[in-house]
Parts: sequence; structure tokens; C-alpha cells
Amino acid sequence: MSGTFVGMPVFPPPAHAAFPPPAHAAFLPPAHAAFLPPAHPAFPKAAHEAVHNTTLRGNLRHATHTIRAKRAKAVAEVSDWAALREAGKQIKDHTLRHLDGYLVRLEEAVTAAGGTVHWAADADEANRIVTELVKATGETEVVKVKSMATQEIGLNEALEAEGIHAYETDLAELIVQLGKDRPSHILVPAIHRNRGEIRDIFAREMSEWGRPAPEGLTDTPAELAEAARLHLREKFLRAKVGVSGANFMVAETGTLVVVESEGNGRMCLTLPETLISVVGIEKIVPTWQDLEVLLQTLPRSSTAERMNPYTSMWTGTTDEDGPQTFHLVLLDNGRTDTLADEVGRQALRCIRCSACLNVCPVYERAGGHAYGSVYPGPIGAILSPQLRGTASEIDASLPYASSLCGACYEVCPVAIDIPEVLVHLRERVAEGGRVTKDGNKVVLKPAKGHAAERAAMRAARWAFSHPGALRTGQRLASRTRRFQPRTLPGPGKAWSASRDLPSLPAEPFRDWWQRTHGGDRR
Amino acid sequence: MRVALFLTCVNDTLYPDTGRAVVKLLTRLGVDVDFPMGQTCCGQAHYNTGYRHEAEPLARHFSDVFGEYEAIVTPSGSCGAMVRELYPRMGERARAEGRGDTLARTLAPVVPKTYELTEFLVDVLGVTDVGAYYPHTVTYHPTCHGLRSLGLGDRPRRLLQAVKGLELRELPGADECCGFGGTFAVKNPDVSAAMGADKVRNAESTGADVLCAADNSCLMHIGGTMGRLDTGMRPVHIAEILASTEEEPMS
Repeated sequence: MSGTFVGMPVFPPPAHAAFPPPAHAAFLPPAHAAFLPPAHPAFPKAAHEAVHNTTLRGNLRHATHTIRAKRAKAVAEVSDWAALREAGKQIKDHTLRHLDGYLVRLEEAVTAAGGTVHWAADADEANRIVTELVKATGETEVVKVKSMATQEIGLNEALEAEGIHAYETDLAELIVQLGKDRPSHILVPAIHRNRGEIRDIFAREMSEWGRPAPEGLTDTPAELAEAARLHLREKFLRAKVGVSGANFMVAETGTLVVVESEGNGRMCLTLPETLISVVGIEKIVPTWQDLEVLLQTLPRSSTAERMNPYTSMWTGTTDEDGPQTFHLVLLDNGRTDTLADEVGRQALRCIRCSACLNVCPVYERAGGHAYGSVYPGPIGAILSPQLRGTASEIDASLPYASSLCGACYEVCPVAIDIPEVLVHLRERVAEGGRVTKDGNKVVLKPAKGHAAERAAMRAARWAFSHPGALRTGQRLASRTRRFQPRTLPGPGKAWSASRDLPSLPAEPFRDWWQRTHGGDRR
Repeated sequence: MRVALFLTCVNDTLYPDTGRAVVKLLTRLGVDVDFPMGQTCCGQAHYNTGYRHEAEPLARHFSDVFGEYEAIVTPSGSCGAMVRELYPRMGERARAEGRGDTLARTLAPVVPKTYELTEFLVDVLGVTDVGAYYPHTVTYHPTCHGLRSLGLGDRPRRLLQAVKGLELRELPGADECCGFGGTFAVKNPDVSAAMGADKVRNAESTGADVLCAADNSCLMHIGGTMGRLDTGMRPVHIAEILASTEEEPMS
């Protein structure tokens, strides 16, 4: 190994119980209604619109191809990338296997450093905790940064319902919020917007939220950035409460880590008097040495940088410096259920780099909104149906939103075999089976709408188990080939709508073989 | 060497020319080829659509039919990947479900001796110049399973470069999926068609007469799109190019 990092992790034998984790108080089945996604059309329908939106297609194609090429270059610079990737995978797997122990260690460390830890089993509970914490400060405004977890639980809407305004301060999140839009990418939430669209949003909306955009704003990047800077600075200087997520939590010291490019996150993390961080329980790593690996693979995989411009770390509170009150809300929301699935649990290794989105040919054409989730792209297609279950139309369709080309697996810095999980979840949708829901083992029925497909699969399996029947079918097809339609009925209609069907040959191969090679040798 | 041709159900039914080309090519290279008549389907479509339990009897059937051969050769990257990559996984899953080692033991013999055609030529026979003649401009599409599951690497391109009369043209965005993906093409028709159209446009930009690949399923999708977009290009399986000689040219 040629040394860009200390080396493959060697973990001491864990002192705590092995997987599955015993039910910690926070992991008990929630009493509240399960978190269900808002009604959203199935993926193919949502993608239909996006595929035919030429502006969106152009924006996405340009952005994903640019970052794809840059990432490949940044990764190629590291001679031991494969070893780093394997180390990242092992660190995350080890941590997940002993998640219970590391979370307790984290809680102790955060508490010892002057912070307060809250455990949230689901979205409702997390929203209630954060809302109460904000209310206790007497404030009605919060600044926010870097938190997919709060988007996952719909925190902004929950705060709004209680009269608290949440301002997004990440530049792309700001564009999304001002545009009354939804994020469409993990790293670049406004990837679907071009400069002209952003100018129009700023000019139209900024005054509604605070400092208006300067007169005569053009679409040059410098002017757009300056408009955002002026608008946001007012918010940073006024805000008494900050809400953040975290990229990592280090169990040994109770330290939280945010990596970012703009510095807006650092403003959010240091200027307010109260900081509330909402973080998924899977974001934990045992030690600082583990961070060493992931702080190398994350920036290269996401922004194609050797190192991101800003890495902020905070540990509890410090007298007269930074927030004087710190709360950490640890969010489960389907994660322990996911952890119970031996194939699907690898999705929890994800460090949210978005490399899989940028190489995915399906994401590139369908756009992030089609996935109906804060987590779009290949990782979203395996994460959302696990965190939310496969009951809704969109969640049942997500495992099929892939051609299984494998490009996502190839680029994943923690080696999540996304195609494997996709197929595993297809099985769950098509055949049902045992899953863990709210901590209980339940048996799922197959999703609706798969009966005809299941029958066809069974029939095909029967024919393929009987070579004679297959042969009769092939011969029949060949002999009637002149009478066969050039378009297909039923589900096959979609195929012949944009592609010519292959013409059937006069003779299947096996007949030719028998005719020329003298029969069945076996 | 007693080699079995696993042609695949798609090729058997729709693309017998590919099968005839493989037989012609391997026979020319001195290989004793057999076509076990009991063969049907590897179960890939079932497995990848979420019907693993329907795929299991097909995998067992495959093992019954092919188990005794020294090598199994298939002109399909994705069906080759099904056997090599996914049969072991099926065995593991059965074990995890508490069904013991029976399936894993049944499937194990066929896994290491199943080869995709170009892999067999380069790795087992040790040839890159197969004595072919094909006077056309060709661009090569490395199919996803060949590229990523089997890791075929530059083997197909080395074989093509050694073909007399053939001019190989680089395909822009070669490693991007054509959008077929089995049932994906039916379940997500809009995205699939958009991917196919982009692949065809990239192929057209090379000015080649022929787009070649080592998998007829992908070629069916790409060719169907070419026909609809009226490009004048043709999809051709790599086996048909490698089988073509000056004495017996394939069109």
C-alpha cells in the first residue's frame, strides 16, 4: 500500500454486543403513525415529464458530465484509491455492526463536552424535539445549513406550522427555497437550474425573504454570488438559532463534522447562540483515524476536489466562543429497520457524495425530482424504499428505476453494491417477504400491479424448464413470422413505440443445429 | 477440449446467425463444439426483475445441462455474468434463508468454467488474431455486464483490431448504458428510449457502418432504435465479425 493514509482499519474486538443491536430506548417501535412520503407519481410517470423537458435535460447533461470527468481525474491521482475504498467500506461496516455501542459512546462524549443528546425514533418525534428546542429560545427564525436529514423529515414545514421561519443558507438550498422548489441532487440541490433561471428567482423572490436582489442583476456567476452573499449575511448576523446536519460524528470525542465549499455552513455553526444538529444515526465513525479515510474519499467523489475548502468540527460547547447551547438530535427514522436487512443494510454506508448520481444514465435523463425523495439517483432508489417502506406507488417503483448498468457501484467510494440492493428490493416488491418494520418482523405481501408479471415469469420459467415446450414455441413463432405484428400489445407497447422489433428468423438455432449436426448428442 | 455452446434463449430464438457464427469461429480454431439440446435460459430476466425463486430452477437446470463440460462458452456478456456473478449469490441467499448448501453446491461447478466468447478466445485459447476478414468501419459498444460484471476490458477491441480490413472507430461515451436493461426497457420506456437515442447518436457521430457488441440483447435495443431513427448503421454481433473470412465473408 503506497501510503496516502495510515492504513486499513484494525478494530479492537468490540466490547459491546454484536449485531443486531439490542433495542435502545430510542429504537423502540414508535407509537406515532409511520412516516409516509407525500403522494407522488411512480417513477416512470414522473420521469416521462423530465425526459421531454429539453432545458432540464441540457442542464443535467452538462452538469453531470462535467463533474463526472473531474471526479475521474481526482480519483486517478490517488495511487491507492482501491485500498481507500475498501478501508471506507470496512470502517462503515464495522461501525454499523456495533452501532449501538458507538452511539452510546457518542452520547457520553457529547454530554461530557457540554452538549445535550436527544433520540428521535421517527420524523414526528425529531420535528417535535427541534420545534420545542427553538421555542424554548423564544426565537421565531433559524438559519440552516447542510442537512438532508431535516429535509427527510420535513423540518422546515413543521417549524413553519409553529410560526418559526427556517432560512436555508447553502447557496443551492437558498435557490431551491426561494424558487419554492425541491432539491434534485444530493450535493448540488439546484443542479436542474441554469444561471438565467437563478437570476430570475433571485430578482423575483429575495425581497420576500429579506434583503432584495441588487437592481439590474445579471446572470454572471460573480453577480449572483454577491447577491446571495449580501442577502445571507444579514441572516447570519441576526440569527440566534442555527440548525445543521453533519457529515460525520466521531464517537471517541463526541465531535461533529461538516464539510462544505462556501463557508456559509461555518457561519451557521459559529455565529448563533444555540446550535441544533439533526443527524442520522448512521453518520457515526468510531475514531478520528477513521475520519482520515473518509475525508479523502468524500471530497474527491463529490466535488472532485483533493480537499473541500471548509471543514468545520465542533465538540459540545466552549465558554465565550461559538454557540453556548448545543443539542444533538439523533435520527433513526427507518435506519435500524434498514440495518436489520442483511442485503439492504449496505445502503447505510453512504457518505452522501453523490458520485452515483453523476454517473447514472437514468438520473441524467429523469432528473432528481422524479425519485420523489430527498435522496434521488441510484442511492435514493435503494435508500428511500428502505427508510420509508415499499407501500407507496413511488417507493414500489424506485427499485426498477435502473438499467442495472453498474456504473454507480463502480464509483461508490464505500463500495455499496447498488445493483445488488436494487434487485433485492425488486424481489421485495414483486414477491413480498420478511422485513423489519418499526423493530418488528413482518411478512410483506407483493405490491399491487405485479400479478400479470408474476404469472408471465412463472409461465416463462415453466417453458424454460421444459426444453420441448420451448422448442415448440420457437417453431410456431418462426412459422407464423410473416403474420406477426410490428407493434406489441400490453406492456410491450412501450417497446415498439420507439424501437423496431427484431424480425424472427426462419429457423431457430436449435433446429439448424439438429439438421446440420445430426441430432441430439445429449 | 470439449466445449459447450451456451447460446442463450434470446439468441436461439431471435439471432441464430450469431450461434452459427460462434460454431464456425470456434471450429476454425480447432475447438470441438457441442450444443446441448437441453439448454434453455439462465434465468437472468427472472432474477433481475425480482423473481429469484423462479430463477432458481432454471439455474439448477443450467447446471444439469452444462455441468459435465470442460468449458461453457456464451456469446452474451449479461448471460455470462448471470452464471459467473449471480449464481454464487443465489447460492449464498439460499444459505442465508436457512436452506443449506444444496443450491450453492449444485451451481458451483458451472461458475468457474463459464466464459463469455471474447474472454474464451483471449484467455483460454490465447488468440487475438482469429484470422478474420471484415472490410467495414466498425465502432464497438462495450455492454455494461461485459464491462463491469465480467471485466472484459480491452479483449474485444484487441480481437477487432486484429481483423483484416476492419477499421475500428472510437465510440464517444462508450461506457454509458444503451438503456436496454431487460425489463427496464418496458418498465421505464421513456428513459430507456432516451438512453438508446443518445447511444445511437454517439454511434452515428463516428461515421462507422457497423456498431458491434458482444450481446444481442443490447444490439436488439440499439438496432431497434437505429431502425426507427433511420441512421443507415447496422448492429452486428462481434461473433459474426470474427467468424467472417475472405473465403466466406459475412455481410
